[in-house]
Amino acid sequence: MDHPVSTLPNYRRDDVDAHPPLLSPGYRSTVLRAPSRPLVYLPQRLTEVTGPLLGEGRLGPLDHDLTRQHDGEPLGQRIIVHGRVHDGDGRPVPHTLVEIWQANAAGRYRHAVDNWAAPLDPHFDGVGRVCTDERGRYRFVTVQPGAYPWRNHDNAWRPAHIHFSLFGRAFTQRLVTQMYFPGDPLFFQDPVLNSIPDPAARQRLVARYDHATTRPEWALAYEFDIVLRGRESTPFEDEDDDE
Amino acid sequence: MSERHGVTPAQTVGPYLSIGLRWPDGPHVVPPGTPGSFWVRGRITDGAGAPVVDALVESWQADPDGRFDHPDDPRGARASSVAGFRGFGRSETDDQGWYALLTVRPGALPAPDGGTEAPHLNLSVFGRGLLHRVVTRLYFPDEPAANAADPVLRGVDADRRGTLVGRESADGVRFDIRLQGDDETVFFAV
Ligand SMILES: [Fe+3]
Repeated sequence: MDHPVSTLPNYRRDDVDAHPPLLSPGYRSTVLRAPSRPLVYLPQRLTEVTGPLLGEGRLGPLDHDLTRQHDGEPLGQRIIVHGRVHDGDGRPVPHTLVEIWQANAAGRYRHAVDNWAAPLDPHFDGVGRVCTDERGRYRFVTVQPGAYPWRNHDNAWRPAHIHFSLFGRAFTQRLVTQMYFPGDPLFFQDPVLNSIPDPAARQRLVARYDHATTRPEWALAYEFDIVLRGRESTPFEDEDDDE
Repeated sequence: MSERHGVTPAQTVGPYLSIGLRWPDGPHVVPPGTPGSFWVRGRITDGAGAPVVDALVESWQADPDGRFDHPDDPRGARASSVAGFRGFGRSETDDQGWYALLTVRPGALPAPDGGTEAPHLNLSVFGRGLLHRVVTRLYFPDEPAANAADPVLRGVDADRRGTLVGRESADGVRFDIRLQGDDETVFFAV
């Protein structure tokens, strides 16, 4: 092959205000952890446009249903959380691993350093995994997580949220984020959600209540679509010229 | 082209990342006992020099032949000659800020412009206080010629390149990551 790697997928770089700035002093832990030097531009080459394709082999049979991982059911409001993973051009991201973790209904995590005085639930671990289907769809059953206090500022409370981790198709698409619930009264004082500069982008982290998927006499449903970077197949030279 | 959608913004993994992101085999880019395997170990520190005890490091790399088992490698997806090679590793930091990944040396890679990339690992760091991952690269200390020709290293200010090169250690390579401050590690925008 004369030019074996002359054409690679090119993942569109994110807008400057698409993600939170690493230094967001309202969230105090960023102050000593955010790099102080500007990021160095990394062209997208082979290591960046490939990535781990981790599939069904990482899933247990009940990983999608956080209410059935123990002998008894966890306390709290049973919910369905579902949605579609697609890229910025609307193309589905199929067969990609989605990992979630969350607090229980009382707002307590099953973690050694969570010492908030709310009860653990013996029937809830708060961890789930699925792979998207061929259309990029995923679905979990869980319980509504509780809000919880933290020490970031006076009377600080995290709005209810579920942590999400996604791989997508390439190293460039890796994303860890949080899903929030519509109408949460705690948004105004949360520096984590509000670290996102663009209000429209912030809104993309708030799930939609989905009455059509809500199951009568069983569970409320929320829809949360996740958008990873779009991709254009362009000759490498184009990207290099942009440097 | 269909209508463009804005990307979903990143958020911190928070202090409880191990609930969701701990895998028993996470640190094993290759299975334990793989011939030629070694440990990449390092300490993550913050702007005050304190260990970051609630971070997660993930690695991604080519196999020893410089290949990826991935459909977007234009040379074709190819399963590695190293049995059980995953290419991907994941390690939480411990209570002293240390992470550890068991891997093998990746091969050099052809660069699209005709050059060659020196053997490297891409690393992502997630943590409490990091609202988005930060990305860096690990290069190997015993590849001075390949590193000198590497297009990415050459794009980094000479006085900071050293932060991207590991050091030989008793069981592999030591690669510390300084999030902030003097001698801050170089982080990349991908
Ligand atoms: Fe949380």
